[in-house]
Amino acid sequence: MPSLVVVAVLVAVWQWAVTAFDVRPQVLPSPLRVVEQGWLFRDALWTNTVPTLQVTAVGFAVSLVVAWALAVVVDFSPWLRRALLPLLVASQTIPIIAIAPLLIIWFGFGLLPKVVVIALVTFFPVAIGLVEGFSSADREASNLVRSMGADRWGEFRYLRLPAAMPSFFTSLRIGITYAVTGAVFAEYVGARAGLGIFMNLQKNSFRTDLVLAAVVVTAAISVGLFGLTFLVQRLAMPWYAAERRRA
Amino acid sequence: MREVRVEGLSKRFGDRDVLVDVSLHARPGELVSVIGPSGCGKSTLFAALAGLVEPDRGTVTVDGRPATGTTFGYMPQKDLLFPWRTVLDNTALGLEIAGVGRRAARKRAEPLFEPFGLAGFEGSRPFELSGGMRQRAALLRTVVQDRDVLLLDEPFGALDSLTRTGMQEWLEGMRSQFGWTVLLITHDIREAVYLSDRVVVLGPRPARVRAVVEIDQPRPRELASAAAAAREAELLALLRAE
Repeated sequence: MPSLVVVAVLVAVWQWAVTAFDVRPQVLPSPLRVVEQGWLFRDALWTNTVPTLQVTAVGFAVSLVVAWALAVVVDFSPWLRRALLPLLVASQTIPIIAIAPLLIIWFGFGLLPKVVVIALVTFFPVAIGLVEGFSSADREASNLVRSMGADRWGEFRYLRLPAAMPSFFTSLRIGITYAVTGAVFAEYVGARAGLGIFMNLQKNSFRTDLVLAAVVVTAAISVGLFGLTFLVQRLAMPWYAAERRRA
Repeated sequence: MREVRVEGLSKRFGDRDVLVDVSLHARPGELVSVIGPSGCGKSTLFAALAGLVEPDRGTVTVDGRPATGTTFGYMPQKDLLFPWRTVLDNTALGLEIAGVGRRAARKRAEPLFEPFGLAGFEGSRPFELSGGMRQRAALLRTVVQDRDVLLLDEPFGALDSLTRTGMQEWLEGMRSQFGWTVLLITHDIREAVYLSDRVVVLGPRPARVRAVVEIDQPRPRELASAAAAAREAELLALLRAE
């Protein structure tokens, strides 16, 4: 894969630069040192990875439920569509960086504030993906299913819902990567455990190498979950890949 | 086999007349074509018959009784086969929507695959079919609903001319075998003369009936025969008349 080659080259240049210019590890540790120290502290990294995964899963699940409920409601009611879609867009202008510490004040160090942050950053792309997916159904196809006797619910079930699936999976991929970043960010602001708070603590003790080791873990989680969506998509809509290959 | 009679159908959209007093009829087992300039309102006529558009005036009766939502089987111009369904499940769609269970719906569609030339493609996806096969699958999906009258809106318009000719001959054979009553929209005068018992010529917008031409040549017919040429010329003259 070409992207692996690019990563390898960048890491090599990084390693060379750190050695050649004798950079202090507190400023920029070499990649080798990041791996070494990360492996040395693997227990600490793992115990902090588990809560991050949990928070991501719960937060994204909540986000999916909210996004689906909203998108379906909006699809059935043109009035609610006009009423809610601008609010959705407005919700994305909330600066999470300012709200996240307040959420800690309001809801404490538990699961809830993190779930709220993740839901806030991820429900929007998923909801919009669904709303536009439902609307992507062919108008003439709507006429066809109506001529077959379908009511609005039948039109949704037989046409609009399946037609939305490609768009849904695209937005799912965007959402899931945001979810991991959102979880780390929410933990960074305040948590008992998790990769975010781990990074914060290591930064405060100038362990740049361990911060970067946690970053590597975060990236690996994101890529893994991203890949997982393709797998789920394959299972959920086997026709799609085959049709795309043909086209 | 049903007799369908449309009387005085009119429709306005806003302050624009689209259909003005359109009447036509088809006896049981007949095929009646509707031809007219592009955008004249042919598709609106079918939408009104299919129950998608509420006409302002006029009546539609089948065997003397008012038509209902399940009178007409509607086949739009595009095949509109759903990529997420197999060909068999696509053809069973109308039955499923009508409340027939999926398994029972498949059972009813399956025996038609042979006469429709689709045997062996039940489990295929629509994109694996050729253009002609897709249209046949779309027609099968319409026919299997067992409606009284078929509404075919330019079913062969998007096909290349060789495939189209084959499909016209195939439809003619199927129709005489199954005895469907068919209303057909077409742009193709030759197709109209070859397939029809009667051709309804609509004028430019708003659609009014300009003429009704009986095609009384005996069947089986030949495409582009000398006898047909005279009727084709007659229809072309009617369409072009100011």
